[in-house]
Amino acid sequence: MGIFYRRLPRFDYVVPKTLDEVLKALNKHKGAYRLLAGGTDLIPQLKKREIKEPEYVIDLKGISGLDTISYDGNGLKIGPLATITSIAQSPAVQEHYPILAQAALSMASPQVRNRGTFAGNICNAVPSADSIPSLITLSASVKIRSARKERIVPLEQFFIGPRITALKANEMVVEITVPQQRETSRGVYLKLSPRHSMDLAIVGVAVTGTCENGICKDIRIALGAVAPTPVRAPTAEAVLQGRQITSALVDEAARNAVTQCSPIDDHRASREYRCDMIYVLTRRALNQILLS
Amino acid sequence: MKEIMLNVNGNEHTLQVKPWATLLDVIREDIGLTGAKEGCGEGECGACTVIMDGVAVNACLILAVEANGKHITTIEGLADGEKLHPIQQAFVDIGGLQCGFCTPGMILSAKILLDKNQDPTDEEIRKGLEGNFCRCTGYTKIIQSIKAAAQMLKEGR
Repeated sequence: MGIFYRRLPRFDYVVPKTLDEVLKALNKHKGAYRLLAGGTDLIPQLKKREIKEPEYVIDLKGISGLDTISYDGNGLKIGPLATITSIAQSPAVQEHYPILAQAALSMASPQVRNRGTFAGNICNAVPSADSIPSLITLSASVKIRSARKERIVPLEQFFIGPRITALKANEMVVEITVPQQRETSRGVYLKLSPRHSMDLAIVGVAVTGTCENGICKDIRIALGAVAPTPVRAPTAEAVLQGRQITSALVDEAARNAVTQCSPIDDHRASREYRCDMIYVLTRRALNQILLS
Repeated sequence: MKEIMLNVNGNEHTLQVKPWATLLDVIREDIGLTGAKEGCGEGECGACTVIMDGVAVNACLILAVEANGKHITTIEGLADGEKLHPIQQAFVDIGGLQCGFCTPGMILSAKILLDKNQDPTDEEIRKGLEGNFCRCTGYTKIIQSIKAAAQMLKEGR
């Protein structure tokens, strides 16, 4: 563990009024800045001197319209400043993507959720980030913009390693896009942590799927905290896809999911325990979505 | 230095602050209200909880400059002169505190909870206080205090 300084390092603070100003600043300052949304990850990282001390902290909250959550027939759009609380409380999220509301409420505390954002959780890119597995099972993507161009990256491909993303120094995430799901689709996020609140996941399992007349029409499984990045478990999905669902098949898929992971051994949990719990939680999630 | 305006407990303050000063630093050291405490300094313990524009936040995780123009309520803003707020009174009556370090944050989180839910269950209280740590009481007396406060508020005391 590094030293924890109670005081922040010195930096200059700017609050641009438009996205264009931010994107221009990113080009100009080339990595000597940090973007500030909720700050619930950034401020502790700066106090711990975990990240390079920035010359500039660019606060995004001066730009209006970045905190919106909108839903239409094509899906859900989450602005980069939408707080975790606002996502959990959004009627559209609760009705069409309850798994996201569930994941949101599993995070931290009311105080942190009132400030922190999903975009920040994603860009911070820790393997245990609670918003990510659920978003991956919903086939979410991120819209990324630089001063010159815009690109869309499927969330599954956004993570390169622990705290490393596909984002370049002159880019920022401007939207999280979640496509429309099937009418009968259901999802669940199960988080295992020693404490019920204010704790990181030892294992996080998200499952989104559809089961019609006992046949698995569609299934996506994503796992958090069990590999250098959140991962999808495609071979476990293949066990179930298009098949008549039985408990034996669910068990086989859950065992398969364990083979998709490479968990660390640390003070939170041993590698062996994490592997056992991937099996248990995946089976439990699949049972809830496909068999109940 | 940056100039900011804060409305704290109904009083307007115009302040010159360093960009790297937290809201907690400014409330405690510039404004002189020491009710909000610095515990962990990283958003785990909730001792620094204040209410900003109607929601509970960790003042240790917010830059003072980010709070420019906001309305803030600290524990000092709850009592009506000498008369304690019902939640404060309930904590005193029931003994919902021992060392008292977590109490300002606990009471503000409880206020947010009771503003939304007049009759919370034990489980709802625990969930509402999930961002506030107490290392003394074991929480039982805190939960009893909040239940008593809910009763007092309903009776309009």
